[in-house]
Amino acid sequence: MQEFLQLVVSGIATGGIFASLALALVLIYNAMGLVNFAQGEMAMVATFIAFTLISHGVNYWIAFPATLVIAFAGGIAIQRIVIRPVERAPLLTLVIITLGLTTLLNGLAGAIFGYVPRSFPSPFSVQTVDIFGAFASYRDLGVIAVSGVVLLAIYLLLQRTTVGLTMRAAAHHPEASRLLGVRVSWMLALGWGLASAVGAVSGIMVAPIILLEPNMMQTIIIYAFAAAVLGGIESPLGAVIGGLIVGVTVNLAGTYLPFVGGDLQLAVALAIIIGVLVLKPNGLLGRPSVRRV
Amino acid sequence: MVQRFRTLPPRYWLVLVVVLFFIGLPTVIDSFQAGEWAQALVLAIAIMGLNILVGYSGQLSLGHGAFMALGAYISAILVHRYKLDYLLTIPIAGLLAGLIGFLFGVPALRLSALYLALATFALAVVAPSLIKRPAELTGGVQGIVLLPPVPPQGASDAYAAVTGAAMTSDQWTYYVTLAWGLLLFWLAWNLLRHRTGRAMRAIRDGEVAAAASGINLAGYKTLAFGISAFYAGIAGSLFGLAAGFVSPDSFPVSLSIQLLVGAVVGGLASIPGPLIGGIFAYFLPIESNQWVPTQTWIPTQIASTIEKAGPAVTYGAVLILTMIFAPNGIVGLVGAGYARLRGRLRGVPDRESGQMPQDPQTV
Repeated sequence: MQEFLQLVVSGIATGGIFASLALALVLIYNAMGLVNFAQGEMAMVATFIAFTLISHGVNYWIAFPATLVIAFAGGIAIQRIVIRPVERAPLLTLVIITLGLTTLLNGLAGAIFGYVPRSFPSPFSVQTVDIFGAFASYRDLGVIAVSGVVLLAIYLLLQRTTVGLTMRAAAHHPEASRLLGVRVSWMLALGWGLASAVGAVSGIMVAPIILLEPNMMQTIIIYAFAAAVLGGIESPLGAVIGGLIVGVTVNLAGTYLPFVGGDLQLAVALAIIIGVLVLKPNGLLGRPSVRRV
Repeated sequence: MVQRFRTLPPRYWLVLVVVLFFIGLPTVIDSFQAGEWAQALVLAIAIMGLNILVGYSGQLSLGHGAFMALGAYISAILVHRYKLDYLLTIPIAGLLAGLIGFLFGVPALRLSALYLALATFALAVVAPSLIKRPAELTGGVQGIVLLPPVPPQGASDAYAAVTGAAMTSDQWTYYVTLAWGLLLFWLAWNLLRHRTGRAMRAIRDGEVAAAASGINLAGYKTLAFGISAFYAGIAGSLFGLAAGFVSPDSFPVSLSIQLLVGAVVGGLASIPGPLIGGIFAYFLPIESNQWVPTQTWIPTQIASTIEKAGPAVTYGAVLILTMIFAPNGIVGLVGAGYARLRGRLRGVPDRESGQMPQDPQTV
């Protein structure tokens, strides 16, 4: 029982990481109906930037927000440079471009920083604390707290501010918003910047756990896909719930299902994706899609 | 008869020239290079499969590397455990991969193309660890080593009669791959210019309109996915033959990306596109790795960075630039150039009626 509880707590911690990345995917999906395959690699690059700052002696709690600002600017830059020229192109074109971006960022990071895994500092110790009989590490609790704060901030921004309202309006009714004076294209750029910053949080949180290297996010993005599909790909709240469920499920499956073990945990994510598509294609919180002729 | 040949459209002559070029190629290059070209043709076959899916039916698969792995392992296991002749296993591998692709496509294709892309991308990432698991069947991390194929006596004799040297196993592999390539390209050409191809294109260009015209959306989408997995399975099987071994690391995610690069660069929704794309995707990293260090004008810092980055940066940049500036790839560029040249030579089409001047060869 104690082992079970511990697995659940650490599952919630990794789930928070998946949830941040899934939320980043949902932000871009809501803005332009596109799944950004490069989200993980963008987070990886941001994590390398944080690593460079910290290794140059910058305090962690200064480097962390500074990285988010850089990631935000980077996201806007990517939208302006590679996405805007093809904004009106078919969806397939956009998806292929994000894939090109994935490969490009991965190769660039490999060329600049090398493929040797590096340990990434965490401000939280790995010492454990006793909560209701389960031992949770401070690192897990810290990850949960940081992810929670980020998710709450995004929620408040989207639901309670004028900028958030404008962004949602631009995504839902681009034509009408444009008539009302909203600069729709810049709102999309803002969405990319926001997604990039939220994704960067997941990269910085996961790096101390799985070591920093260019392919670090390749598996995390699959878990985030599973989380987003499970929660309903257009629902921010669904992404969070999906992330937590995927985190806990994967952790439990790795321990209690002997044929899964450590090396097939990723296959659980694939099974979740396929299972959701078969049983409940719109996910837990998604609305059924209606197509207009 | 002579009259018939004289009135053939020019593209038939082009096809003939290309086929003759590929048949004659091994006689002018050495055996090792023939092996490389066999690999390029393997990629071309897989890219043709991807092109049927992406270019003609508008669905995106990022997991064709996994279906190649499936084909390669089916062949390798049949040869290694059940002592089947390798040539016999190639169609078996293709058909089984096609069947599994068909089944995989059933859930994913009920929704938008995005979900198929997501699910197949996950499949490509998971594939190596899935392969490693049944270790006694697949050989685990080491994979399975295959003996180089022995060219049959007849083929070897015929080759010796032309070139004066016996046929090597690389050259035999090349000809086997070429034969499959010709067959599969011919099949694709037939498939795509008839009813099935029209239905697929209709779905790509407007699902609702296609459904309203009585096209079975889910049926054709899964069919397209099954066919393209069949092509990937054949290509995977030939890949094992050409490489001499199969291992989980032969089929990384980057293989699926490489296939996509080839499909996009060659030209989506075209028959010659995959051939050009396969050659491009195979030789680009090899050639650029040999070319960059020899160029003294490139600062050594940048040259070593490019070398370390490997093909990933080039592939990524090529994908993005092609999609932005030439979404129809090389074939699209050549086609546009040809149309422009014809316009110059024969006069521009009438803007008012939009009619082209009479083309003497089509009547």
